Amino acid sequence: MLNQFTSYLGSNLTPGTANNQLWALIYVLIIFAGVSVAVMAMNWLERKALAHFQIRLGPMRVGPHGLLQPFADALKLMLKEDIIPAEADQFVFWVAPLIGLLASFTVYTVIPFGPSQAVSDMNIGILFMLGVSSLGVLGIVVAGWASNSHYPLIGALRSSAQMVSYEVAMGLAVVSAILMTSFNETGTGTLSMIGIVQSQQQQGIWFIFKFFPLGLIAFAIFAIAMVAETNRAPFDMAEAESELTAGYHTEYSGLRWSLFMLAEYAAMIAVSAIAVTLWLGGWMRPFPNLLHAPAWDFLFSLFPGLTFLGLAAIALIGTARMPSHSFFRIQRIGLAVFAALLGIIALLLLVIAVAGRSADASLAARFNEGIGYVYWFVLKVAVFMYLFIWYRATWPRYRFDQLMKIGWKVMLPISLGVLMVTAIVGVLVK
Amino acid sequence: MAEDVKTPAPPPPPEGEKKPTAETVVPPAQSAVTPSAAEKPLAAADPKVPAAEKPAAPAAPAKPAAPAKPAAPAKPAGPVPMPWTSPLVEKYKSQYGSGLEAQTYLGQNYFSVDRSLIPDLLRMLRDDEQFDYCVDITAVHYPKREKQFDVVWILYSFPRNERVRVKTQIADGASIPSSVSIWPTANWLEREVYDMFGIQFDGHPDLKRILLPDGWKGYPLRKDYGILQQDQEWVQINLGIESGQ
Amino acid sequence: MKDHTNEVSGRGLSSLDRSNLDLETPEKPYLDSNELIINMGPQHPATHGVLRVILKLDGEKVLGTECVIGYLHRGVEKIAENRTYTMFNPYVDRMDYVAAVSNGLGYCEAVEKLLNVEAPPRAKYIRVILTELNRIASHQLWLGTHALDIGAMTPLFYTFRDREEILKIFERYCGARLTTHAFRIGGCQYETYAGFEKEVKNFLAFFPPKIDEYEALLTGNRIWIERTKNVGVISAADAIALGVTGPVLRASGVKWDLRKAQPYAAYSEFDFEIPIGTNGDTYDRYMVRMVEMRQSLRIIEQAVNGIPEGPIMGKVPKVIKPPVGEIYHSIEAPKGELGYFIVSDGSTQPYRIRVRPPSFVNLQALDIMVRGLLVADVVAVIGTLDIVLGEVDR
Repeated sequence: MLNQFTSYLGSNLTPGTANNQLWALIYVLIIFAGVSVAVMAMNWLERKALAHFQIRLGPMRVGPHGLLQPFADALKLMLKEDIIPAEADQFVFWVAPLIGLLASFTVYTVIPFGPSQAVSDMNIGILFMLGVSSLGVLGIVVAGWASNSHYPLIGALRSSAQMVSYEVAMGLAVVSAILMTSFNETGTGTLSMIGIVQSQQQQGIWFIFKFFPLGLIAFAIFAIAMVAETNRAPFDMAEAESELTAGYHTEYSGLRWSLFMLAEYAAMIAVSAIAVTLWLGGWMRPFPNLLHAPAWDFLFSLFPGLTFLGLAAIALIGTARMPSHSFFRIQRIGLAVFAALLGIIALLLLVIAVAGRSADASLAARFNEGIGYVYWFVLKVAVFMYLFIWYRATWPRYRFDQLMKIGWKVMLPISLGVLMVTAIVGVLVK
Repeated sequence: MAEDVKTPAPPPPPEGEKKPTAETVVPPAQSAVTPSAAEKPLAAADPKVPAAEKPAAPAAPAKPAAPAKPAAPAKPAGPVPMPWTSPLVEKYKSQYGSGLEAQTYLGQNYFSVDRSLIPDLLRMLRDDEQFDYCVDITAVHYPKREKQFDVVWILYSFPRNERVRVKTQIADGASIPSSVSIWPTANWLEREVYDMFGIQFDGHPDLKRILLPDGWKGYPLRKDYGILQQDQEWVQINLGIESGQ
Repeated sequence: MKDHTNEVSGRGLSSLDRSNLDLETPEKPYLDSNELIINMGPQHPATHGVLRVILKLDGEKVLGTECVIGYLHRGVEKIAENRTYTMFNPYVDRMDYVAAVSNGLGYCEAVEKLLNVEAPPRAKYIRVILTELNRIASHQLWLGTHALDIGAMTPLFYTFRDREEILKIFERYCGARLTTHAFRIGGCQYETYAGFEKEVKNFLAFFPPKIDEYEALLTGNRIWIERTKNVGVISAADAIALGVTGPVLRASGVKWDLRKAQPYAAYSEFDFEIPIGTNGDTYDRYMVRMVEMRQSLRIIEQAVNGIPEGPIMGKVPKVIKPPVGEIYHSIEAPKGELGYFIVSDGSTQPYRIRVRPPSFVNLQALDIMVRGLLVADVVAVIGTLDIVLGEVDR
């Protein structure tokens, strides 16, 4: 086992490609933990950002500025009574959230956080992603069916119809991006996720800007379709509270319901990651080809540290602004500790950035590189997450028939058109 | 003014004591506006003209002794229902004759008609006189009167920017033709009148209670329904409250 | 609780076949027939108040509706017969509790008409200012809840925040934010407080950018337009026939507003416009109410710049005993034509007060407006009618 552990260090392959099961497992665990943390952070951010959009504060009490709210929610949901309808199909009822979770989390095996920072670099990565994420529909239908009540059933059927319709447009948009990978000297593209980012690097342009506006339109189609895929506003008719059909998860309570929410947020992060990989250059920092000098490399490598420094500064300002009343003592201390933690991480990252300045193969340099890749990737995905929340705050929701109409009559023709035009332009430009 | 004729009412009494006041109300109101009692010409029958009539008022039967204020200065004549003259009125008066009275009070015009006129007059008002908007349909209960209910239609004409009331009197238990075929808005308005007063409307597509539960017994806005009264049986069965209140 | 909808006292042609209406324990599975009966309410996040709507659906399309109301029936008209005119004044606020000032205005003016007195000019101006402020507050509440029903969560918070400014003015004027009991028979009881004009003028400067904010979120929003255009259309002829009034009628193209047609309380002295719509759909009703808010600002500006000096209470006897007679007086409340039919028997207590509630009559039009729409639109149409159950049920 130690051999397996050490043999992978220094490799520039993904564990899957290097056939190293131990490290694949370690990566899987890291991803699992990371996604869980990300989902909790997303939950917090959603409540805070939504609240701030609506001129209110959101959770403020549970931790300093509500930072411990997701933990409180998770704890509450776990301790809740597990109610299963008497008429429900017991096994199916139990397994439905697991299917959804499975579908959402399995996609992460192909998502590349860096050129070798993925669980596995399948050469059919994107196909795998499309296939597995479609399994989520099964989880929803099964959940609606198992509830044995006609409102959840109607809600589940609606959700699934919606997801299926937008899958088509999503798939076609993805194909446009894949097509763009083949616009190189050899004329061969790749379905591998890492390969797609590398071809963007090689062609020196993010695919969102390629053959402007074709890349942009394909990206836009995907961006809209992914919101519909994950049943988020403005396409959340199937689960909105003010509608009659209260959604497929009506009969679920406590931990089972939280599994659905986990699956939903994980799916959101997953599809955002796909969008980032396909169109926004994945893990690449801005202008890797144009601004190539070591000085620029160094500058951009400072970004992770500076981001955490900024977050620490915000937390410190928050601490300073808290009322100095004794009621707030614990919150102040908590926020100060949080700020200190962020500061320590920032310091660490800056040290690594400085130490790994030179382009040699030292440990610091490799750490620096790896952190850089992960950082830029996560930053881009975080922008998408914020957009999801922004959409929810701003827009009313589409009625179900309008939603389906858009999926089939607007998105599908446009994505087909973009695909064809991209192919034609690609051939002509060659 | 009316305050010369009646005793000033005491602070609101519990239910039941309202009746004396109600009793004293009825005769002057009736004689002022009801065509059925139209033996006397209107102006002379009006007890509201104070100066001339004040000595006559305490002599009227069934009134509590009005403490006459002999030293009170003669109040100026208050508003009285005056006959309403207009081409519209002329037309209908000539058509319906004695079944129809038209008056105006405080600038508001109203017809007091016989029940027999009812669907036709309303239909003519809508079709010929363009009273296309039925503002309200309501009823008033005068228990001491022979024809206990006043049913009132309030109509408005957009082209003329005029409002008119049509009043008729019906007896308890009698029914009255529905105006749903004339103005669809009458549907709920008549249901409420039925709900509150028990007046049946013939030809109403769906006459059932609207504000009170369907199984409620009693018609609350009638004067003999107490202010605290509830349908105790319904409350006991449906709300599970033993006292029924 | 037993469901009494099956016990009908009169059968006849109803839009709903009552024999199908079995909501408690369906013996036959009702998914196999083409028609489905769904019950919305009485507790429901979307129906503003306790309103029960029974929908008869063919799949998703609505074939007919039936509204069951009366959950908030408090017997206001019966109470009126047992209170003096002055004592009844606070009760009228509780009917349309969102626009309590308008209710009070209508009632006080009706009784004043019966007494044949008029409020002095200063009182009329104060009344107009407060009523128009209340109109804006009522429309803001409508906008927030209507947008929430359609899915836009944010305007709710914006409108409620801005509505606070109006409620602050009310609170400083008469002590209450919602059920204000602001006016008295014969005029106003309270003199405007020190700083009233300044605060109202501050509000006039503060509010127009807020309306722009609401419009920026909704008016040009593609999703909003798709959800509201051609939804819940009612033609002008239908609206008049059904007795619908207020912004609903104006959105159908009928340019009629009681403030202009039969002016009351100093409205004849102000210059303002009546917005009308063309289609009679939800979008037009939305636009009409937005423009009405702006026009209310205009009225308030003219009023506050010209409040005459003078007494605020007219010559009304201490004990209010109107002469025998009847009167009907109506005003343009934010929801429509609010009328009071008062029958006086010459005593201090009214013999009969009938309140003509705009929401009650407007709600009747729901059936016509939702025929052929999808279930999700029913919620939108109920919201656009702007009903307040306190007024529907009284």
